[in-house]
Amino acid sequence: MASLVAILDVKGKSLIQRSYRDDVPPSYIERFLPLVLEMEEENVQVTPCFSDEGINYMHIRHNNLYLLALSKRNTNAAEIIFFLHRLCSVLTEYFKELEEESIRDNFVIIYELLDEMMDFGFPQTTESKILQEYITQESHKLEVQARPPMAVTNAVSWRSEGIRYRKNEVFLDVVESINLLVNASGNVVRSEILGAVKMKCYLSGMPELRLGLNDKVMFEATGRGARGKSIEMEDVKFHQCVRLSRFENDRTISFIPPDGEFELMSYRLSQSVKPLVYVEASVESHRGSRVEYMVKVRGQFKRRSTANNVEIYVPVPDDADSPKFRASVGSVVYAPEKSAFVWKIKQLGGGRDYMMRAHFGLPSVRNEEIDKRAPISVKFEIPYFTVSGIQVRYLKIVEKSGYQMPWVRYLSVNGDDYILRTITDAKSSSMIAPL
Amino acid sequence: MAMAPPRKGENYELRQQLNSEYRDKRADAIKRVIANHTIGKDCSGLFPDVVKNMQTDDLEQKKLVYLYLMNYAKTQPELVILAVNTFVKDTADPNPLVRALAIRTMSVLRAEKILDYLASPLSRCLKDENPYVRKTAALCVAKVFDLKPELCVEYGFVETLRDLIGDGNPMVVANAVAALADIYEASLALPTTPPASPGRSSTPPPSSKPNPELFIIDPPTLTKLLVALNECSEWGRIAILNTLARYRAVDEKESEHICERVMPQFQHVNAAVVLGAVKVIMIHMKAVTREDLIKSLTRKMAPPLVTLISSPPEVQWVALRNINLLLQKRPDILANEMRVFFCKYNDPPYVKVEKLDIMVRLASEKNVDTLLGELKEYASEVDVDFVRKAVRAVGQVAIKIDEAAERCVGVLMDLIETRVSYVVQEAVIVIKDIFRKYPHSYEGIIPTLCSNLEELDEPEAKASLIWIIGEYAEKIENADELLGTFLESFKEESYPVQLQTLTAIVKLFLKKPDESQTIVQKVLQAATKDCDSADVRDRAYIYWRLLSSDPAAAKSVVLAVRPPISLPQTTVAPAILEELLAEVSSLASVYHKPAATFIGKGRLGAEEMQRRALEPEEENAREKALQTVVAGQQAENLLDFDADDDQPQSSSSGIDGSQSLSMLGNGGISSTTISNVAKSTNPLDELMDLFSTASMAAPATMPVAPVSTVSGIQGLQDDRSDAFAGLTGLSSPPQGLGSGVTSPVQGQSQQKAGGGGAQDDLLGLF
Repeated sequence: MASLVAILDVKGKSLIQRSYRDDVPPSYIERFLPLVLEMEEENVQVTPCFSDEGINYMHIRHNNLYLLALSKRNTNAAEIIFFLHRLCSVLTEYFKELEEESIRDNFVIIYELLDEMMDFGFPQTTESKILQEYITQESHKLEVQARPPMAVTNAVSWRSEGIRYRKNEVFLDVVESINLLVNASGNVVRSEILGAVKMKCYLSGMPELRLGLNDKVMFEATGRGARGKSIEMEDVKFHQCVRLSRFENDRTISFIPPDGEFELMSYRLSQSVKPLVYVEASVESHRGSRVEYMVKVRGQFKRRSTANNVEIYVPVPDDADSPKFRASVGSVVYAPEKSAFVWKIKQLGGGRDYMMRAHFGLPSVRNEEIDKRAPISVKFEIPYFTVSGIQVRYLKIVEKSGYQMPWVRYLSVNGDDYILRTITDAKSSSMIAPL
Repeated sequence: MAMAPPRKGENYELRQQLNSEYRDKRADAIKRVIANHTIGKDCSGLFPDVVKNMQTDDLEQKKLVYLYLMNYAKTQPELVILAVNTFVKDTADPNPLVRALAIRTMSVLRAEKILDYLASPLSRCLKDENPYVRKTAALCVAKVFDLKPELCVEYGFVETLRDLIGDGNPMVVANAVAALADIYEASLALPTTPPASPGRSSTPPPSSKPNPELFIIDPPTLTKLLVALNECSEWGRIAILNTLARYRAVDEKESEHICERVMPQFQHVNAAVVLGAVKVIMIHMKAVTREDLIKSLTRKMAPPLVTLISSPPEVQWVALRNINLLLQKRPDILANEMRVFFCKYNDPPYVKVEKLDIMVRLASEKNVDTLLGELKEYASEVDVDFVRKAVRAVGQVAIKIDEAAERCVGVLMDLIETRVSYVVQEAVIVIKDIFRKYPHSYEGIIPTLCSNLEELDEPEAKASLIWIIGEYAEKIENADELLGTFLESFKEESYPVQLQTLTAIVKLFLKKPDESQTIVQKVLQAATKDCDSADVRDRAYIYWRLLSSDPAAAKSVVLAVRPPISLPQTTVAPAILEELLAEVSSLASVYHKPAATFIGKGRLGAEEMQRRALEPEEENAREKALQTVVAGQQAENLLDFDADDDQPQSSSSGIDGSQSLSMLGNGGISSTTISNVAKSTNPLDELMDLFSTASMAAPATMPVAPVSTVSGIQGLQDDRSDAFAGLTGLSSPPQGLGSGVTSPVQGQSQQKAGGGGAQDDLLGLF
């Protein structure tokens, strides 16, 4: 529970705050940043939660803002930190960007939201779609007063009644992000697939849905393992609309969906994945004069698939200048703010490989700092393909006569952490011909 | 306001507008008032004018006026009464949103006068037909209890709250549970009538204290909670899980039932729900004996914990801190999952450090090669602090896994070759630990270390290298030369380095007396004459006397065999670990400190004590007390034996050097030490007051121990000779820092303590 929630700017000044309990005076907000700075100065790790003089400070960062909660008790830290993240996403959904400007412009509505989302320090409703039904930017003019939507307290707290569509449609997106780490010798050290099933639901009334996947556990339980490929999802997380006990019993995913767009479930597989887009770079560095790169990329997936919008980030020294590039395909730009150059390839066919070279000047004065040795990172998306082989077998809409096949799309993309440490120093200069 | 308000300025203008006849103008003015309040201007002077605008159909305007009231009611208690009428009227408004808003606001106004008018609207709202109003009213009871407990008791609000647990609406149930838990916690802080018997259920309810029986969860309530758990919102689930964690199951079957019903919550997206479920299961699993169920519970716990690692960094950190605790209790849950803890390049530093710690915890013979490769990679990053910790982790792995020690040394030698100053220094510190664990195994690397002598500029690294030279003086040909260089700069060195130089040269002399006569004379001279540190001087005098009177005794003292070191499985004492595991996801589990150590001072500390006193079974509490005393003694033991250790530990240092030096310098263990221990194990001394009979004797006699026995004398000498060791060793277990190393002797005494209670342990020690 939190006694006080505040949003602070980068200088530690409170932009907006709301007290929920009287045990922590608001004056403690001003102490937050000085404490952080003091810790930084004394080389103490600044952690999301810390305590000072009996007051516990819990905070998260978003852009240039601190979202801070104070408490005097042995609070549930996970709850409060998670709440602050939720607050962040609700405010972002309301104002597109959550930043100083948007907070100043919308203080009235933020007060209303803070009042509704937390009461006496206990989080209440954080579902932004529901909040938007009765807290809107248009101030309510006299005629109709807003009423609390049923959903706020309903067992189905995420959907309002009386929704109508002329055309009932459901879209399903199965997106798998691949995180992996390749070490210097080209071996995969760690890999995981983070999958998500996203839905766009335009259905009338209170539809009852059931989703069937090629889930191995369920196949085995029902004795149909022989047919087709099945996958073993290690850890499944569901949107709160899914009946967890039902899933625990017989692996049925049944739910009443929220209206519109939402993420139905996410799952994780730690099966080993080979890098779909493999990149290696060799560097020849001449301290004080220049540095040369040779980068190779290979699409390691089926020939009939294509990776779109491939972006390869190769790190270069901070002080590199006068870039020169030559690429067999795509375009290359220098991104000095990221200390990297980016090789962009619109379409990379499966089984194809390409090369590029880069040349940078280096200042003659030696940089005292050692090289950061950042790894290469890659962005890409491969449509109509999932690494795990997950398939949507059916989506049944119960209570409606007959059922329809929803629109299903599959997509594989890079995760936040698709990293290759395959930058090697060229041993002999003959490996790289002069540009 | 006594003074007449000024007739110009912004507030004057606002007042004009607030009293304007046009609705728009007034609405606008209210917004401006709130805007001014937001930027920190004092708007209390406008109180009556704002309150006039309370009665309106415009919901937004009403909310703003309420917000204003919440902030300024305290400053204008006598004017609040103006608002009462509208409030009471609003609590009967046809719109449930307005009813809830009114009751919600009314119950937080800190004004005695309002409270008197609150009772009847509140009882009405608690029975409102609309669940939104009921769930809001439920929390209001907790608010009122915070302001005026007597009122709650008088009107029986707590009983009504209790009835709401049976409400058909899960959100109402959740809020009622949350409110009850809050009231329960607050009621413990209230002054009690003299406790006739401290049992929870038998105290007669004093006027301001609600009947404690209201907070007991009975089996029917449990069923209701388990049903609501599956139906309510994520935040409601957290409240219910917290309550389930407090519930004491009547038998094993019920514990099993709870575990099975809570398990599905692992699949929830909300990290706090997942951790809450982990907490409940960790608590109720203790009563479960069915092997297959325990297995399935631990197996199912792993994937959700792993998934928490892909949450936003702050959530990740909270999860990692908790995982760290869980692993201390059940190291097997994540045995095969080390890879997920590999640090990402862009992880914030606080996450990286935590991951590093967990990786070392999970290191085993199977995965050690991958881990070492990874650690080596980290050692080439830019963040100095992280690099150091990575190097340190290599050393910890070497000490943890005997088979991997050689590979670790290999990695450290590679790192030393990089010649990056801080990497080399950290590696030297770590290698000294390895020498300590595996004496005489890796002497081949000593020349390489010595060749890096010039690079060392940090005291700890220097001291470590000097220790190594002293320890292996007989094998190093030019040991006297090397130590001579340190002697030259003796006066400029920091105290730890001086102490180590002194000891190392004495060791050298005892090993090779012929060649080092002059150098030992010099160092004793320098240390006794030119040094400002009492510790250094004292130690030098002791050596001098020892050497001059009885060289054989000196040999047995200075060159005594040191107990080997090991990496402990836990960073906190077992009793505290249990306590923290019962609090998973709370701040206590995140800080790895019992709540009493960081919540409030004085009054709240007392609150904690009362809570303990009220533990239902006195026996239970007594047992706990004994455990805590044992824990305290471990802290104590750690102190002696660390001082005995000729070796700074591989963990981060807890207490600043000078303090610990002076403590040890004062003749080994003194009252300062005791108070220090007491401070760090706060529950210890509280409990001591409570159960003074059996346990009081133990700590009181402890400090005398090392001095009054034969082995004690040696202990004392070593204390002094190696006070330096205290530098890193002193932090005591409850702080979770002094984790580096424990000696087997200490382990022994722990066993005894565990077996025979406090006093047995004392005897055992002698």
